[in-house]
Amino acid sequence: MSARKISLTVNGQAVEAEVEARVNLADFVRQAIGLTGTHVGCEHGVCGACTIIVDGRPARACLMLAVQADGAEVETVESLGTPEALSELQQAFRDRHALQCGFCTPGMLMTIEALLRVEASPTREQVRDVLSGNLCRCTGYQAIVDAALDAAKARRGTR
Amino acid sequence: MSTRYFGAAVPRLEDPRLLAGRGTYVDDIVLPGMLHAVFLRSSVAHGRIRHLDSTAALSMPGVRAVYAMADLAGFGAGPMPAMAPHPLLKTPITCSPLASDEVCYVGEAIAMVLADSRAEAEDALAAIELDIEHLPVVANARQGIADGAPRAHSGRDSNVIATLRGSHGNVDAVFAAAAHRFSETFEIHRGGCHAMECRGVVAAPEPRSGELSLWTSSQSPYMVRRHLATYLGHDEADIRVTAPDVGGGFGPKANVYPEEFAVALAALACGHPVKWIEDRQEHFLATTQQRDQFWSLEVACDAAGRMLGVRGRCIHDNGAYAPYGLILPTTALASFPGPYALAAFDLSIDVVLTNLVPTSPVRGAGRPNAAFVLERLADTIARRLNLPREEVRRRSFVRAEQMPYVTGGKMRDGSPVAYDSGDYARALSLVVDKIDAASFEERRAEAATRGRLLGLGFASCVEDTGLGPFEGASVRVTPAGKVVVATGAASQGQGHATTLAQIAADALGVDLSQVTVKAADSRIFPLGISTIASRVAVTAGSSVEIAARKVRDKAIKVAAHMLEAGEHDLEIENGQVRVVGVPDMNVPLSTIARVLSGSAGVPIPAGVEPDLAATGYFDANQLAFAYGSQACEVEIDPETGDTRITRYVVAHDCGRLINPLIVDGQIRGGVVHGIGNALFEHMRHDEAGQPLTATYADYLLPGAAEMPDIEIHHIETPSPRNPIGAKGAGEGGTIPAAACVISAIQDALGPEAPFVTMHPVSPEQIVEWIDQARK
Amino acid sequence: MKAPPFAYHDPRSRDDLIGLLAELENAKLLAGGQSLVPMLNFRVVAPDHLIDINRIPDLAGIRLSADDVVLGAMTRQCDLQASADLAASAPIIREALAHVGHFQTRSRGTIGGSCCHLDPAAELPALCALFDAEFDVAGPNGARVVKVGDWFKGYLESALEEREYLQSIRLRRWPAGHGYGFSEYARRRGDFAIAGAGALLEFAKDARIRRAAIVVFGVEPAPVRLAEAEQMLVGQTFSETLLAEAAAQASALDAMADVHVSAAYRRRLAGVVTRRALTEAVRLAREAV
Repeated sequence: MSARKISLTVNGQAVEAEVEARVNLADFVRQAIGLTGTHVGCEHGVCGACTIIVDGRPARACLMLAVQADGAEVETVESLGTPEALSELQQAFRDRHALQCGFCTPGMLMTIEALLRVEASPTREQVRDVLSGNLCRCTGYQAIVDAALDAAKARRGTR
Repeated sequence: MSTRYFGAAVPRLEDPRLLAGRGTYVDDIVLPGMLHAVFLRSSVAHGRIRHLDSTAALSMPGVRAVYAMADLAGFGAGPMPAMAPHPLLKTPITCSPLASDEVCYVGEAIAMVLADSRAEAEDALAAIELDIEHLPVVANARQGIADGAPRAHSGRDSNVIATLRGSHGNVDAVFAAAAHRFSETFEIHRGGCHAMECRGVVAAPEPRSGELSLWTSSQSPYMVRRHLATYLGHDEADIRVTAPDVGGGFGPKANVYPEEFAVALAALACGHPVKWIEDRQEHFLATTQQRDQFWSLEVACDAAGRMLGVRGRCIHDNGAYAPYGLILPTTALASFPGPYALAAFDLSIDVVLTNLVPTSPVRGAGRPNAAFVLERLADTIARRLNLPREEVRRRSFVRAEQMPYVTGGKMRDGSPVAYDSGDYARALSLVVDKIDAASFEERRAEAATRGRLLGLGFASCVEDTGLGPFEGASVRVTPAGKVVVATGAASQGQGHATTLAQIAADALGVDLSQVTVKAADSRIFPLGISTIASRVAVTAGSSVEIAARKVRDKAIKVAAHMLEAGEHDLEIENGQVRVVGVPDMNVPLSTIARVLSGSAGVPIPAGVEPDLAATGYFDANQLAFAYGSQACEVEIDPETGDTRITRYVVAHDCGRLINPLIVDGQIRGGVVHGIGNALFEHMRHDEAGQPLTATYADYLLPGAAEMPDIEIHHIETPSPRNPIGAKGAGEGGTIPAAACVISAIQDALGPEAPFVTMHPVSPEQIVEWIDQARK
Repeated sequence: MKAPPFAYHDPRSRDDLIGLLAELENAKLLAGGQSLVPMLNFRVVAPDHLIDINRIPDLAGIRLSADDVVLGAMTRQCDLQASADLAASAPIIREALAHVGHFQTRSRGTIGGSCCHLDPAAELPALCALFDAEFDVAGPNGARVVKVGDWFKGYLESALEEREYLQSIRLRRWPAGHGYGFSEYARRRGDFAIAGAGALLEFAKDARIRRAAIVVFGVEPAPVRLAEAEQMLVGQTFSETLLAEAAAQASALDAMADVHVSAAYRRRLAGVVTRRALTEAVRLAREAV
């Protein structure tokens, strides 16, 4: 049908690809680039599992076409840290047991990462507010809120 | 034995991988030549397929095949096997992988398209010509049981597929002699699975060996293997089933599904690997739900409000098929009498076929239903006799000194229920104390000044955990000194890779980082049952303990030989077997493992079998009973009916805690699931059986902004029925939660409001009750 | 749930856009995508052409003049929320935006997209009604201005013609110190409201109401101004009786019923949120004096 060549930056790496117009950004990063950390949970923009950061802002990757990311800077969960060297936020998730099945986790992490960049000292209420855009069936959210606040504190201490 | 890890809140071993986006869920599996499957599903709740023509679809771009059931007949045919047969079900009530004649719910799979991409396969769906004759629809269980109702399956005489009965004592005599008798009717609705990962399957045939590999997002990979092998006429050994990382289960992923069979059949038919990833729309249509039960009950109590007996009946919405037998209604029935010492009870459940997607257990199974009606009956007594709600419960509980307590009830297998341990009144007192019930009226008065209605609620439960017969485990020390635990028990986020490793690490005196858990892969461990019914900590946990102790004994035996020391003089510590008091006299486990791995011509110690490994199967035929109480406060805006849970306190006894961090996570998540059932989740269908709430804008899952922080207090009464003293923790949070929230809402609405006998309750319903109370 | 196939166009100028609008049949405009893309994924819409207007440079922006605020159609909801100018001149907008979707959707969602999709419960079209907005649209046949009263045609239906696009929205500013109140009730944070209301009030020095604007949304198929209530308030000193009368007018609207709630409950909520919005507007107006 309608395929396009796009070039963008994903986690700091330049990426060029030809992509069909209807392919959404979540499927693109998962299938074309092989970054399967971004998860697809509802494909209608509610669950938030596919949340990534596009040009510095959190976005539902299932609600953006890959062709729309031409020229964009995209950040996915894989940019945060590695299993051997977790970021402060990831570490806080581990310490607080803020993940169980791990499926919603990448979206949770990217939402909180985006929040902490614009709000270094969020309140508990603010964290719960932004997390209203990410569903989790396992944790009941409390540990995720705790982890976000711990990470904010850790980042304030080290940056 | 040292207990460095058991009981410690160690961070999970599975986390770094999952946090870094390196998990492997089914949709992350990509195989060469893989095709993508989508299903053509029935758009009507009940109908007969008159005509199916896929000619046009086959010529669509990227389309490789379109299959109906007849096209797959060379590999398998007929209805699927029943997962859990029940004597009352004379013949299995299961669907075929693809329907070829009658369809019985919206979403039932009829045909499948295989294409190079999911999108192209979806494009082709619209090109399949399908003609379905509409048949009369049974859209809910009460309609289905009524005289003259249409039949949910055209060939059946009745929609009632079974009537289950549970009774104990002389109920008529107890009711006749009781000081008071109260009747209530209840409507309980519980929603669906809604794991954040939908279901998914990849099937890959190996043409040269004839083997078939299947990866499935399942709680029961070994059940999939067993039943698929039967269906295909293959040997189990030729089918490998793996549950990779699974993004949540919550019950519905324990079923063996038509799509799992259809994908396997399609892969065999086309010779390519085939992937099917359920999308969220399909999840609403085709993944089992729990839905409706309608109870009519009568409770008898003495003059002091002590519950003496319960009797009545239930109409249970079974959905269109019974793939899981009668497990859900049976579990509801087996949950009586809950924490209460009843002189008698007599309950029956009519299991009714409807033209809706089949029901099966969702977190808690039927237990939250039983807890809801029992807790509401306790509140009824308190309300009618003007007694404190806590007091009715305290007077009615099974007492600690009665343990083990034979309830008179029967388990799913018909064996008598005997609670093993615990102090139910203590759990209730703990939450009453911790939520500061004593000063609640002050808080209520303060809220009233803000125009808000504050309510305090309580609920208690008992949960049978550790369902048998077994979940086995093997423990092996590799020549590198690493410990590998293998088990059939699949994880969907419960942290088995950590808790099972904690048990093994303690038994073998090794650092936790040296232990790896491999699970739910039929090539790695031969048998497995299912991760359901809060059973894995008890069953697999005990099996790991047994296997690791065998390995330890073996290591000591070999080390005694190598060190020329007596076995009783040896201890195991830091990955070494050493002589007590002479730490320099030691032999590392790695060395023992190497010796037992064998070298050509070198003998191994006499009387010892090769391999520093052992397998354990804990005989889990006696249940461990967890219990607990919950208390919460709700604040209602009487103008909108908006209901916020402002405080939540849990007291829970799941025996010895392997990892408090993980147990707390299970409880919090469980409570929130129950809150969802009480206030938010409602799967609605219209009278034609069409789902009305099949998006996440319409079906409301609990969100972060509305959920409370939950305070947890543990009581640790070790279960005497397993070697690790554990009781399951997966569902105890959920079971009493809806009852607790409703109790608090009732309290907020006040004595003039109608007695609340249903959930979920909507804000609109709440303002109606407020209006009625004010009249 | 994969989108159906379509041809994709991303014009770089308004002229290119108009050219495409003139030429293409069965085309859909893609703004922030937070409503359209789910509809594509559910395949409830299947356009032959998708015209992405995200790359037209001057369709976004916030421009203030003495009398007006002009919002480019492609201004993102998060940028509206962050704008200090907007917060100073029309503070109710920031208040309302906290209820528009979620943090993660406001970074893509646009005011123009929301006003063209026209969900009955959407906050931004309601604000447009409150501020007597004018919609500046253009197409192959030229440009035209549509007053907000003409913009709402019905459920999910605006006055935008098939070959037109929305360029910008002009809101009439209210004088500094005006009172404002916003109230809505949704089941969960970020959900579309079951009912919501916004109110603007300007008081004269003698404490009489000089001007009033009240909008109720989520109740009828499109946002509605409570014109009679507004007229009733003007010239009066504020009282509980007036408040109750205004709320009663909201409760008399022709409310929708759906699978979740009855019309009666919606009407009840309409009264509640209207009273709450007005109460807050009075409080803030008095505070500003």
